[in-house]
Amino acid sequence: MIEQVLSALLAVVAAIGASVTYFYGSNWLLDRLVADRRAPDGTYVSRQRARDAVRPWLFLAPALLVLGVYLVYPVVETLRLSFFGSNGDTFVGAANWTWAVQNEGVRTAVRNNVLWLLVVPSLSTVFGLLVATLADRVAWGNVAKSLVFMPMAISFVGASVIWKFVYDYRGAGSEQIGILNAVVVALGGEPQAWITVEPWNNFLLMVILVWIQTGFAMVILSAALRGVPEETIEAARIDGASDVAVFFRIIIPQIFSTILVVWTTITIVVLKIFDIVAAMTNGQWGTEVLANAMYNWMFRGGGHFGRGSVIALMIMIAVIPIMAYNIRRFREEEARR
Amino acid sequence: MAEVTLDHVYKRFGDVTAVQDFSLEIQDAEFMVFVGPSGCGKTTTLRMVAGLEEISDGTLRIGDRVVNDMPPKDRDIAMVFQNYALYPHMNVHQNMSFGLRLRKTPKADIERRVQEAADILQIGHLLERRPRELSGGQRQRVALGRAIVREPKVFLMDEPLSNLDAKLRVEMRASISKLHQRLGVTTIYVTHDQVEAMTMGTRIVVMKDGLIQQVDSPVKLYDEPVNKFVAGFIGSPAMNFMIGGVENGVLRSANFDIRPTDELAGKLQKHDGKKVYVGIRPENFGLKGYTSIPEQDNVVRARVEVVEPLGAETHIIASVGADQNVVARVDPHAPVAAGDDIELLVDPNFLHAFDLESEANLRFA
Repeated sequence: MIEQVLSALLAVVAAIGASVTYFYGSNWLLDRLVADRRAPDGTYVSRQRARDAVRPWLFLAPALLVLGVYLVYPVVETLRLSFFGSNGDTFVGAANWTWAVQNEGVRTAVRNNVLWLLVVPSLSTVFGLLVATLADRVAWGNVAKSLVFMPMAISFVGASVIWKFVYDYRGAGSEQIGILNAVVVALGGEPQAWITVEPWNNFLLMVILVWIQTGFAMVILSAALRGVPEETIEAARIDGASDVAVFFRIIIPQIFSTILVVWTTITIVVLKIFDIVAAMTNGQWGTEVLANAMYNWMFRGGGHFGRGSVIALMIMIAVIPIMAYNIRRFREEEARR
Repeated sequence: MAEVTLDHVYKRFGDVTAVQDFSLEIQDAEFMVFVGPSGCGKTTTLRMVAGLEEISDGTLRIGDRVVNDMPPKDRDIAMVFQNYALYPHMNVHQNMSFGLRLRKTPKADIERRVQEAADILQIGHLLERRPRELSGGQRQRVALGRAIVREPKVFLMDEPLSNLDAKLRVEMRASISKLHQRLGVTTIYVTHDQVEAMTMGTRIVVMKDGLIQQVDSPVKLYDEPVNKFVAGFIGSPAMNFMIGGVENGVLRSANFDIRPTDELAGKLQKHDGKKVYVGIRPENFGLKGYTSIPEQDNVVRARVEVVEPLGAETHIIASVGADQNVVARVDPHAPVAAGDDIELLVDPNFLHAFDLESEANLRFA
């Protein structure tokens, strides 16, 4: 244990040291190698321009290198692999793609991803907005907000472990340790193995992500709500608006761009959803999603690089438009400032 | 059209009493101005009338209805805010018609009223614009327009001009006055600017520390302030105060001897031998030799500190004794320079004396 901590510390120190050495050293070298000098006829030659041209690249180089190795290269390689067979050495043309279109498992994963996309961002945003709005009206609002925010600090896998207990199932005769079954039994119902009940198990998994993302939505929207000028609300009340009208016609429109940002951000998280499904069901009982399917084909059991790559590319293609939209909106907002 | 009546109204925030025992009857079509330094409770009072603050004690009537517990939307009032409070996501037309649309006013009616208001305020060409595309003055006009289209019983205005530059403020002051004359709607106008109060108000409420000091017409407020606070707050440059003793009916100190009118002298009798504040407005001073005020027992000896020529008049800031400064408004052609010793003559008809303790105007004692 101590050894691991120490080696982790060492790694941190070494990494920071290496970075400092690189930036400081390369900067120093540049100043040395491209120094101002005197021409043979004695005139002074400034090479400031040359240095200024090189310096940004010097500083950007590590980042570009890392991006290249860990982002650009994998994309290209994945694209290549998607046209090759299970070991990545025999060219199979579009066979993997036609397989993906026809395969039942992939279809289920696509269907589930769409469901996740519809349910999780909507519910998270709506709940987040609700909590943000209502918490400001009660004295214990800040406590409530902290509690709602807490799941944000838990990893998806950790959250899954917690919810595994919530959905836990013991035989009908024994005592239920899962709260959901405990409640059901207490109300006179039959205990269920919840995460195997199709199609509802999908929604039970979504609940976990909603539970996590509501805190995120709440924090961002809460800040946006603070930004709504109190006077516009008072003016609306004097203009004759009820609380509901104030909320929907004055407050929501003013924070609408933030709502969109929250929505799209959660959407991107959802598109990549993997951990929760992997930890809870590993895609069994009709809960498969694309990222988990990809992982299974790529590294676990499936053992088919080509098919795994196709699924990975499907996810990427789905994310790109939302990403692009998000970036465009962000730029517009920045430009307006 | 409505009267607004406040009857012993209080506003408390915890232990702090922001407004105390506020009683006032505002007549129909009156332009009532609340004025006072910041924190005097004027805005709080306005917000109570609007229904944005609860009334801690007392009753508030608009027309013949008690509205203490009525939400703002049912009070039939319109308010203009200091920061305009336009809805940023609506264009000018939508901003102005919002209240009418909420009330499900017929479309044709809305169009007519918005158009009328836009004509009055000369913002017809801006109807499609968003608030952020408007200048401060235009925004203020839209905010006024939003209030007008509602055709409310009462207009409430909370320092509507304080975010405008000086020139625009003078223009808008006149526009609002004209608007009031034209529409004849009861208006309550809050400002900290005594010039706005004087120029616009039918009557003015002067407030300090949550208490009404005086309610009167502008001229009466200026001529007959009930206490030193009102006397000093209304008028620019402010009234001068000097401490002097009452000796046999004459106000006297090392630097002046002023014999008041018989009326004031009578009031001062019971203060004989005591000290009082002597209050003189800048224009009731004259520079000896350059004024129509005759020299009697009315001379203040002073030394010129600063001369401020304004063209039409000149302000002299002069020291009287070691620790008192006065401002005198004198003939612009008077040859004075800093450092001169001068004699200022006081018009006894406009002389005020205030009790040292209570600061009450002794003319009304």
